Amino acid sequence: MNITAPTFEWLELAPVLIVLTAAILGVVIEAAVPRAYRLVSQVGLMVVALVAALAMLVENFVSQRTGTLVGTSMVLDGPAYLAWAALLVFGLLSMLLFAEQRLGNGATAFAASAAAVPGSLSESEAAVAQHEHTEVFPLALFSLSGMLVFASANDLLTAFVALEVMSLPLYLLSAMARRRRLLSQEAALKYFLLGALSSAFFLFGIALVYGYAGSFGFREIATSIGAPVYGHGLLLTGMGFLAIGLLFKIGAVPFHNWVPDVYVGAPTPVTGFMAICTKFAAVMAVVRVFYVALGAERWSWQPLIATIAVLTMVIGVVIAVAQTDIKRLLAYSSISHAGFILVAVVGASVGTAAGASSSLASIVFYLVAYGFATIASFAAVSMVRDAAGEVHSIAGWSGLARRNPFLAAAVAVAMLSFAGIPLTGGFIGKWAVFTSAWRGGYSWLVAVAILASVVAAYVYFKVIIAMFFGEPVAGVEVGKASGFTLVPLVIGATATVYLGLFPGQLLDLATAVGTFLR
Amino acid sequence: MTIPWLTLLGLVPLVGAVTLLLPVKELSRVLGMFFGLLTAVLAIVVATMYVGGSALAEQVPWIPAFGAWWALGLNGMSVLMVVLTALLTPVVLLAEWKLPNAGRWSPQVFVALVLFLESLSLFTFMADDVLLFYLFFEATLIPMYFLIGGFGGERRAAAALKFLLFSLAGGLVMLISVVGLGVVSTEMGGTPTYLLSELAKLPIGTDLGRWLMVGFLVAFIVKAPMVPVHTWLPTTAEQATPGTSVLLVGILDKIGTFGMIKFCLGLFPEASLWVAPVMVILALISIIYGAVAAIGSTNLLRLVAYTSISHFGFMVLGIYTFTTVGVSGSIFYMLNHGFSTAALFLVIGFLINRRGSAMVADFGGVQKVAPVLAGVFLMAGLSGLALPGMSSFVSEFMVLAGAWSRQPWPAAVAALGTVLAAVYILLMYQRTMTGPVTEASATHVTADLNGREKWVVAPLLAIILLLGFVPGIALDLVNPTAAATISHVGAPDPVAPFGEEGK
Repeated sequence: MNITAPTFEWLELAPVLIVLTAAILGVVIEAAVPRAYRLVSQVGLMVVALVAALAMLVENFVSQRTGTLVGTSMVLDGPAYLAWAALLVFGLLSMLLFAEQRLGNGATAFAASAAAVPGSLSESEAAVAQHEHTEVFPLALFSLSGMLVFASANDLLTAFVALEVMSLPLYLLSAMARRRRLLSQEAALKYFLLGALSSAFFLFGIALVYGYAGSFGFREIATSIGAPVYGHGLLLTGMGFLAIGLLFKIGAVPFHNWVPDVYVGAPTPVTGFMAICTKFAAVMAVVRVFYVALGAERWSWQPLIATIAVLTMVIGVVIAVAQTDIKRLLAYSSISHAGFILVAVVGASVGTAAGASSSLASIVFYLVAYGFATIASFAAVSMVRDAAGEVHSIAGWSGLARRNPFLAAAVAVAMLSFAGIPLTGGFIGKWAVFTSAWRGGYSWLVAVAILASVVAAYVYFKVIIAMFFGEPVAGVEVGKASGFTLVPLVIGATATVYLGLFPGQLLDLATAVGTFLR
Repeated sequence: MTIPWLTLLGLVPLVGAVTLLLPVKELSRVLGMFFGLLTAVLAIVVATMYVGGSALAEQVPWIPAFGAWWALGLNGMSVLMVVLTALLTPVVLLAEWKLPNAGRWSPQVFVALVLFLESLSLFTFMADDVLLFYLFFEATLIPMYFLIGGFGGERRAAAALKFLLFSLAGGLVMLISVVGLGVVSTEMGGTPTYLLSELAKLPIGTDLGRWLMVGFLVAFIVKAPMVPVHTWLPTTAEQATPGTSVLLVGILDKIGTFGMIKFCLGLFPEASLWVAPVMVILALISIIYGAVAAIGSTNLLRLVAYTSISHFGFMVLGIYTFTTVGVSGSIFYMLNHGFSTAALFLVIGFLINRRGSAMVADFGGVQKVAPVLAGVFLMAGLSGLALPGMSSFVSEFMVLAGAWSRQPWPAAVAALGTVLAAVYILLMYQRTMTGPVTEASATHVTADLNGREKWVVAPLLAIILLLGFVPGIALDLVNPTAAATISHVGAPDPVAPFGEEGK
């Protein structure tokens, strides 16, 4: 058996390599730079690296560099370009939130000393000394590099490694909240245990599919489905296990139980990062695995995913109705959005030559619209405060419009977008998703999704009612934020409206980049 | 380069709304009125151009991936709706000039929201693309929601939510159909398109057409509130300020009947004929139920809301009996109802301002202390009960005549509604205005209509009388559209039964 050494397509890989290098440099900064200069150098490095990676990506795109990378373990195609661009942009926006210090009176949202026992002397000493865990930046960058690879992985093994690289730093980041540290640590533990369990399922699924196909490569798996050697049962079981691992990451029911707890426990900037980037990368991986590797088998997985989509949407919105905590509400909202995305995944429609949007284009648009609204929401969550830190109860947000009409307006835009009300990106996203599902022959699923939207609208309007029609609560203030929070907030809200009015460019781009390279 | 008049018309109030985001404080009302009047003038210019036969339609690609166009156009029906919207808005702004500063909800916000709503409504009436129409149709909910929830009675937030959920539920059912329509257009034509003119040509099969039509119809039935999905309207009208109710009932609810003609009949003629019996029965139920509920109402605002439900029943009856005269009458009814309900709501608003209550029982003998107010109230009421000489008489008669020529019995039942209309209007007048001056009336209703209030109702009453005596100015616009609709549906007007003998 010959093992050929893989070639490295340096230029094509540059965006990933830049992010990875920045992460490693970030670790070096932790060791070499005096404490006082760490935050500023970490933020500077992060911004420069992500902008450079984005520039490199654009340069690659303009030069039309596509193809498989590192042998066949990764692939740079249209969808990968979109995913990378979105991940870098949203990663940048959410990591800006990491750097916010003014809201917390000169301290970030992260624990001063994560290793100290909550409530202990060493904890308060670290807080008084104004220590900061600037490691959060390299950790997030490592995670982001995993996401980039995950979204463009072309074999199951690479996908698994990327999944772990993406997840491990997130477990850590979730545990590092400055306030309510026990909750945060508990969330991280839950996330870790359940995440490890789902990874095990994923790994087992890989083994079974390998047993069936004799290869990890997506293309080879697709080929072997056309000319099977072994029994169908092996493939179906393996597919089921793969689905569990992937659906866990996007937070689909019944693998959603970690989402509310982790969203609540994790520091708000980290929650924002997870809600957008993790979901984006995982959805792209789901689409790639199911369309490229298992596309020929879609008669088997479509009913399965359709069922899960229904469960996810319905359970997501119904439980969201009962929430009184804004972060929990956003968590259930994020679950239900996973359901709406799965609706398009099920449709698996390819679009037409005349430019009708495909499932893939719809999903990308939906995710981008969701991402902008989400980043605005989490920026807002970090700004509404009382003496004990962020205020998460929706009752506490009552009368926010009187305290700060612009913040309330931004949140309202995000909520309207989540609810799929016209003039926002969320509306066009829903439209695209529904169209592609219907075109794929799933009109009943569209009907269910629309009914779920009605319930969802109630959920989001509850927040709007509280903000605009409620009486202000004593003690709750809108904190004075620095640009690190305001920039994501403004960009998120503006982009949401922009996508609602002029969705054509992004939709055309998503359609024009074409489909997966197989 | 040609001037995009229709886009311009819709944008002017939007610019006004954006301008009002600036801290203009005391100037807000004046600025709002300026933009309101500017829009009204522009609307009249556009209407004149339409009458003069200018080509006004605009068509620019908007979202190619969905086949959506920025397509605006006018026909005889939409031009009336545009004029109605543009005229009612400044009237409402004037009527709510003294709107109290309800906490953080300043009058400035009210004016901005009204202008925003006006812009969206104008675009809704002008849209010639189904996706564009749907977009604005749903978007009107946002300013209306805040108008209801921000200004009005104690339980306004709950009323706003009820309004929103009903409308949203109806709208999302329609969304299913609109998505389906896009898919069907792609499958049949190869390219996706939402252009109304293209869609009308598609040979949509019977079964599919009926399903899709039902989706549209559900939204329109909720919008033009018909029994049994009308319950949101009385609640909302009771809690909202009268000005908001005028915009809601006078303009927004018209989108329901407007949509039935433009989209249900325009896109699915076969399915519309199929559903007609059900719609006629629903219309009759609305007519009678609305009237009976109005008679039983103890709250003036609820009462007017119920009369509107009855009136919407007439409009729907006119549409779904498929005669040229009936559809013409319906469209004309939409216009007239806008003005007469506006007059009624606003006069009641003036009463409520004085008395601080909307209950019928809290008034009595107002005629003696405020004769002008009472007179205007009576005029508005008579217009609501379709007295000959008022414009609403013409339209109601046309609807009944049309219905009768198709089938006598629905017309007979509907005629009962006109009798009940006389009961609810005159009873209301009798209870509030006539009789001995009650103590409450004497203490609270101390002043008759002031100059501003007279200026609010004068144009409305003038239009009502003008259209009552010279209905031709509106009907000449409407008739070709009605005739085209009927011929598109393919239900030729029934030959009058006395035609044989008469020739």
